[in-house]
Amino acid sequence: MKKQDFQWGLKDGVPIALGYFSVSFSFGILALGGGLTIFQAALTSLTNVTSAGQFAGLQIVIAGGTLLEMAVTQFIINLRYALMSLSLSQKLSEGVTFWQRLLIAFANTDEIFAVAMGHGKELSFSYMAGLQILPVMGWTAGTAVGAAAGSMLPEAVNSALSVALYGMFIAVVIPEAKKVRSVLATAALALLMSCAIYYLPVFSGISAGVSIIICTVAASAAGAVLFPLYEEGRTE
Amino acid sequence: MVYVYIAVMAFVTYLIRVIPLTVFRKKIENRYIQSFLYYVPYTCLTAMTFPAILYATESVWSALAGVAVAVVLAFYNKSLLTVAAFSCAAVFLAEQLLPVL
Repeated sequence: MKKQDFQWGLKDGVPIALGYFSVSFSFGILALGGGLTIFQAALTSLTNVTSAGQFAGLQIVIAGGTLLEMAVTQFIINLRYALMSLSLSQKLSEGVTFWQRLLIAFANTDEIFAVAMGHGKELSFSYMAGLQILPVMGWTAGTAVGAAAGSMLPEAVNSALSVALYGMFIAVVIPEAKKVRSVLATAALALLMSCAIYYLPVFSGISAGVSIIICTVAASAAGAVLFPLYEEGRTE
Repeated sequence: MVYVYIAVMAFVTYLIRVIPLTVFRKKIENRYIQSFLYYVPYTCLTAMTFPAILYATESVWSALAGVAVAVVLAFYNKSLLTVAAFSCAAVFLAEQLLPVL
């Protein structure tokens, strides 16, 4: 371990950890509301470290969905991490071993990926370990505290906090949709499909998890066919 | 049973992250697959947010207040934390004000 790289990573991880703490707090509240124990909620966060996936997963647990539905939903929702891991693998320094890659992969989240890619230099294992450790702790601790405190908070506060994750999702989508027209189009398509499945009686048999898969795959595929990328984030 | 769900979630999520980082070290060249993967986070997050967010709070109106604030702040590129926090605040305020109106 290179101490200096590790410390640099730790420092870059602090703002992510703080953000995670507050957002996972609301996951904890939701999880408890859905019937999970505090320990189960925290364990979910510690072993998954992914907001969107956990959130959809929780809906499946609450709805009593099948394990296949769970696996497919996680696969589709988290498929973006495959792309991120792929990009990240190109930026890791040569000295990073196979075993170290196994550890780095564990917490390759949207925000950690973004910071890592913004890091000017090649990524050492020490830097990545420093970068990831605080956010993972923040994510897990926030969930546990949220689950523990959630039942003690007034109903109005719980109600307000339950939009935190959604707010974060909106904050990820809008800036890119503003910049890239095709993202706006595909996201709008996903929104229309999701509402159609939710509101139209014809689709009433489709569960929330399956709906997310259908909307994600169909809208992304339509986007790929109609607006294929020529380079990262650019269509012509 | 909850533990089985958690195990399946964690296992699938980890596989997705670890395989490209260890096994496939080559870049994806297919433009359509690249494009598909590029759109996935945005379509997925949108489909998860709508219409679910409208029914996450005590009333649709307070949820709409949260959506409006989140969209405006996100439009001005505010950080994830800022957007999430102010969205919650908007819902809270709306729920305090609605019974008065």
